[in-house]
Amino acid sequence: MNANTSDTLPPRTLAEKVWDAHLVSKGENGEPDLIYIDLHLVHEVTSPQAFDGLRMAGRPVRRPDLTIATEDHNTPTIGIDKPIADLTSRTQIETLRRNCAEFGVRLHSLGDIEQGIVHVVGPQLGLTQPGITVVCGDSHTSTHGAFGAMAFGIGTSEVEHVLATQTLPLKPFKTMAITVEGTLRPGVTAKDIILAVIAKIGTGGGQGYVLEYRGSAIRALSMDGRMTICNMSIEAGARAGMVAPDHTTFDYVKGRAHAPEGQDWDDAVAYWRTLATDDGATFDAEVFIDADALEPFVTWGTNPGQGVSLSDTVPNPVEIEDPHERAAAERALEYMDLAAGTPLKDIAVDAVFMGSCTNSRIEDLRAFASVIQGKKKADGVRVMVVPGSARVRIEAEAEGLDKIITDFGAEWRFAGCSMCLGMNPDQLAPGERCASTSNRNFEGRQGKGGRTHLVSPLVAAATAIRGTLSSPWDLQIEGEAR
Amino acid sequence: MQKFEKVTGIAVPFRRSNVDTDQIIPAVYLKRVTKTGFEDALFAGWRQDPEFVLNRPEYQGARILITGPDFGTGSSREHAVWALRDFGFDVVLSPRFGDIFRGNSGKQGLLAGEVAEPDVEALWAIIEAQPGIELTVDLVERKVTAGSLSVPFEIDDYTRWRLIEGLDDIGLTLRDADRIDRFEQTRESWRPRTLPVKQS
Repeated sequence: MNANTSDTLPPRTLAEKVWDAHLVSKGENGEPDLIYIDLHLVHEVTSPQAFDGLRMAGRPVRRPDLTIATEDHNTPTIGIDKPIADLTSRTQIETLRRNCAEFGVRLHSLGDIEQGIVHVVGPQLGLTQPGITVVCGDSHTSTHGAFGAMAFGIGTSEVEHVLATQTLPLKPFKTMAITVEGTLRPGVTAKDIILAVIAKIGTGGGQGYVLEYRGSAIRALSMDGRMTICNMSIEAGARAGMVAPDHTTFDYVKGRAHAPEGQDWDDAVAYWRTLATDDGATFDAEVFIDADALEPFVTWGTNPGQGVSLSDTVPNPVEIEDPHERAAAERALEYMDLAAGTPLKDIAVDAVFMGSCTNSRIEDLRAFASVIQGKKKADGVRVMVVPGSARVRIEAEAEGLDKIITDFGAEWRFAGCSMCLGMNPDQLAPGERCASTSNRNFEGRQGKGGRTHLVSPLVAAATAIRGTLSSPWDLQIEGEAR
Repeated sequence: MQKFEKVTGIAVPFRRSNVDTDQIIPAVYLKRVTKTGFEDALFAGWRQDPEFVLNRPEYQGARILITGPDFGTGSSREHAVWALRDFGFDVVLSPRFGDIFRGNSGKQGLLAGEVAEPDVEALWAIIEAQPGIELTVDLVERKVTAGSLSVPFEIDDYTRWRLIEGLDDIGLTLRDADRIDRFEQTRESWRPRTLPVKQS
């Protein structure tokens, strides 16, 4: 059995156990290991050249039954019954449909109930499970690590490699423990934890590592919250982030369409229980975060590590010691049109984006709706709410969240990546400022010249009400909430 | 893939750190279904600026890009590597790369070499004193030479070997496909399958 847990082995981390269980062969003389891939997620943007490579070499997809595709990155979020207006987007979608038909790959197209952001679809179908390896031509594949899976983004050449061989040659990662102890205060969420982690270790701090999120604050999170955290591991430079599977994980997976059943379920759970990091296992690096001290967090710059507590001010680059960080901060402030010392809460926004693979699951929408319920959005602020999948959209509508959102004055859209990366028409205009629940505040990511502040769904909601960067705490101060 | 041993060419002093792949190629350019033709998309957000270093006449035809730390972070888009290749770059040197970008580079014949930060500064200084000077990047010896200065760069042994031999990963893996067959026979029945489709 691959899922071998011999007592004679030295103590291992979660990541090492999953890695070892997928070793097809161990690399020698500096060669990488060959790792088996349990689940390959495919979307329209990073796959066309990979399928083309297979076709040219006359190779089939080795395991169509371990492969699934969805359309998400450049699909429109309104008028989805009409042909896609942008010709190049349409070509890419049509190419995916043709490739999936030719190679026998399951595809959930626009309009299908299982269509949506690839990292929302996998967990929702029960395909994402503890202890498996998951890859996708998308860096936010780290999301699936929330289940105790080893999940990471790959480039298009690797997509082709997995399609052809169901394996990847890889060098083992180093391991880093991120321990978050304590209790989050009301109004502080998983998003604030991960933004604080990235601000602490930097956008390069996790390079070469798999991060394992541990501690009481992580254990207390729901699967949706854990996915938000693992999702942004790549923003700290780490290809993967993981959380040990527990009751919360098993309860989430059980009963989903592709979850194991009967004896298989019992066997699977028995194995999943062995995955947690052994006592005495050592990590190559360790980081500690005090959950009690965390406040709602927001980014002020153009990389996700440039973040501070919302109650803070825009930092002064002069006070940054590292010359590269200082130069990056100076350029960021210029791009963001912000002056050092400005209180974050004084910053007015033009738009609020609620969505993306980081924060578009049902709990995210519930959190957002709980703050805006019965209120009206600030004048002049455009508020766009984009569910992560068609199924999340239906679930939200069954709960009446769509009504709360539209009564508030926000746009209620169809599922997709949308304004997270502006490949479809959902973009910021030059100079527009946005509070966004997405994962990257890079220059121009949400539209050329657009300015992004990364926030949690709760902060997005409070900001949409007040028109300036705000948290639910500010609403309470005004006596508007509760 | 072409065999790679040594490159001699003009080097660009790219004085920026934290250049993520969204900056290397913005998402709007990712809609093509081919692997070529991305040269116009490279650093598209900065190219309109006539003072942008790649627009300067002395660096036209450059083959080597020398950047600050954390180059190629963020999105997994291999288009970032294709755009650099299409523009004419064979080599990128930086004190530190995004992991996915570095992996993608090796698969497309782009040498991503890690050079210590003081050495990057020294190379920048030499190039800026003599813009258009040709540097030599020697993959066999793992060193960069600019005039009288020669500094080492790091690249892992396996990637170096594959670049030198011009080998394709899939071909390498399939040389011994039996080991994959053997592994698959031991996989547990409860591991997830996407087919047949099950309704929730």
